[in-house]
Amino acid sequence: MPAIEVSGLKKKYGDIQAVDGTSFSVEEGEVFSLLGPNGAGKTTTIEILEGLRNKDSGTAKVLGLDPWASGYELHKRIGVIPQGFKFLDYPTPREAISYYGALFGKKVDPDELLRRVILDDASNVWFQNLSGGQKQKLGMALSLVNDPQVIFLDEPTTGLDPQARRAVWEVVRKLKDEGRTVMLTTHYLEEAEELADRVAIMKHGKIVAMGTTEEIESRFGSGQRMVVKGGDDLLKYLRENTRLRAEGGAGEVTIFLRDKADAMVALGAIEESGAAWEDLTVRRDSLEDVFLKLVGESEGIGEGGE
Amino acid sequence: MRFSLSRTMSDLKVYGRSSLRSREGFFFTLVFPVILILLFGAIFSGGGVSQSTVYVQNNDTGPVGAAFVSALNSTSNYCSNGSSAGLCLRPVPMDVNFSQYLSSKSASDGIVIPANFSLAFESGQEVNVTVFGNPSSTTSAVVSGVVAEVVNGFNVRGAAGVHHVGIASRTAVSSNYKYIDFLVPGLIGFAALTSPMFAMVNMSSTYRRDKVFKLLSLTPLTKTEWLLSKIIWYVCTTVVSFILMTAVGVYVFGAHIALNWGIGIFLLLGPFFFVSLGMLVGTVSNTPEAASVVGNLVTFPMMFLSGTFFPVSSMPKYLQAVAHVLPLYYMIDGLNEVMIYGNFEAAYIDMALLLAISVVVFALAVKFFRWRED
Repeated sequence: MPAIEVSGLKKKYGDIQAVDGTSFSVEEGEVFSLLGPNGAGKTTTIEILEGLRNKDSGTAKVLGLDPWASGYELHKRIGVIPQGFKFLDYPTPREAISYYGALFGKKVDPDELLRRVILDDASNVWFQNLSGGQKQKLGMALSLVNDPQVIFLDEPTTGLDPQARRAVWEVVRKLKDEGRTVMLTTHYLEEAEELADRVAIMKHGKIVAMGTTEEIESRFGSGQRMVVKGGDDLLKYLRENTRLRAEGGAGEVTIFLRDKADAMVALGAIEESGAAWEDLTVRRDSLEDVFLKLVGESEGIGEGGE
Repeated sequence: MRFSLSRTMSDLKVYGRSSLRSREGFFFTLVFPVILILLFGAIFSGGGVSQSTVYVQNNDTGPVGAAFVSALNSTSNYCSNGSSAGLCLRPVPMDVNFSQYLSSKSASDGIVIPANFSLAFESGQEVNVTVFGNPSSTTSAVVSGVVAEVVNGFNVRGAAGVHHVGIASRTAVSSNYKYIDFLVPGLIGFAALTSPMFAMVNMSSTYRRDKVFKLLSLTPLTKTEWLLSKIIWYVCTTVVSFILMTAVGVYVFGAHIALNWGIGIFLLLGPFFFVSLGMLVGTVSNTPEAASVVGNLVTFPMMFLSGTFFPVSSMPKYLQAVAHVLPLYYMIDGLNEVMIYGNFEAAYIDMALLLAISVVVFALAVKFFRWRED
């Protein structure tokens, strides 16, 4: 049984279809990331799975339970860090963990848990005086108090400095090593690439691509390209003398390669053209290229709420 | 119900500790009530009670009226000794209009014994002695106190403790002896109102904004447990306020206060009601700003019109009518009854009313306030 199963999930706010028929499933022990610009429906999707929002239609199951109807049961088995995690101003991390332990009726060792999330250096600091990264780490510690099977992280590193971000990543990797299922949303490609086994790219409430990052790159990317600095004469020569697809502009010529033979043909033709050229590179679409292509350049850094 | 007292107590521990660590919480819980009572006590009780003249019109020709006057005289005849503070009784002829007589003497304090006083008293009918007074003057409070004592004496002497003689106040005088005596219950009511109301209204909106409610909804803690822990906390702070204010009232200003279990009931019911009300009000609005506006709309009329700083009976009739729909009025009225008059029968009504609306508002608060969204 998959840890998370979603099919045909829909949620509308007024006129806005925030989630528009998404389907995916997450296996036990997997790290799955929803990637997308702001307003793509990531948070709505994850909040429905956490039991914080009710869906309009479709099915959502976490550990076989309906999150909205069986929230009380489910919450004993999942851990959640909401977007922009905030807590009461005055408890210290140690007190907060003891509090959560009491609420869940679990015996916890706050110091051990704080060591696990690398927050033992601030165990007695009031929450309001913690740094952004430390707050986020406390959120992770709290989400672990009940020893959850599935952990939801909604934009766990948004607004954190690179160092704090890496510390959070380190904790997420530990969670995976412990065999827990992790679902996270992010709008940082790097984060999805670093952490996730599989990624789903969301746009306007729909999943537009899903799979491992390699799968997405090869399926939605344009494959290998040779890029060389050169003028229109080079482009003209390539088009007239080879069957390669080539495009030019801005002092660059891009040659699309289908296989290794294409590369040899291209190199030979460039040399034969006698045109001036330099800075030859071969590259393929990164996840970022694919992402921008799929969600549109303008929405890459989006605006508006979820 | 999945109610757990241990979860409630864990939440109480965290919340209480947070409140004490926050400067505002500490100030409004412990310091502010003391400042209030020192301030108001000093303003209204300064200078002590000086000698004052009280006009007495005995319209009764029978023996009981005369006995009443002599009883009044025996408790408070200080006319001969100008140096000591107290009351000096001056008789007023039967045939004059008492109100006009008072104004002609520029006096506000007076006592009128009705014409049928002896007859009514002897036949066991109810009859009122009318006390004229100015609520802003401390002497009026003294007059009504003295009259109350004498009336009590008469009632005890009358048949089997039946209350035949009552006091009808004119203009107003509801407190006994001194302003400070009713200021203490008034300010306890004030503390029971303001501290939970402001905290809950603010909390309901900021917790929602910061998604703390969502966070809590992901734990086994229930809304009822959460709200109950706040009620327990504010019962504690109200009790502390009560102790501080009563201590200041008694030791600094010489307030006369009777300590009894009835006070405890109101110290429980007040915070129970206002925590629930604050939460209910907080659910109405989405932003902290709007919440505080709605909170103030509910809080401010109660703060001033429920008998906190001034007795309700000193207010014009239409404002008294307003006071009677304000829940805080019943808390303060009840506290007055038990702390000053020891009149438990009147306080039972206040307790019952307060309990009933508290249960209703608590239930509504639990129903309407949402951890999570649809």
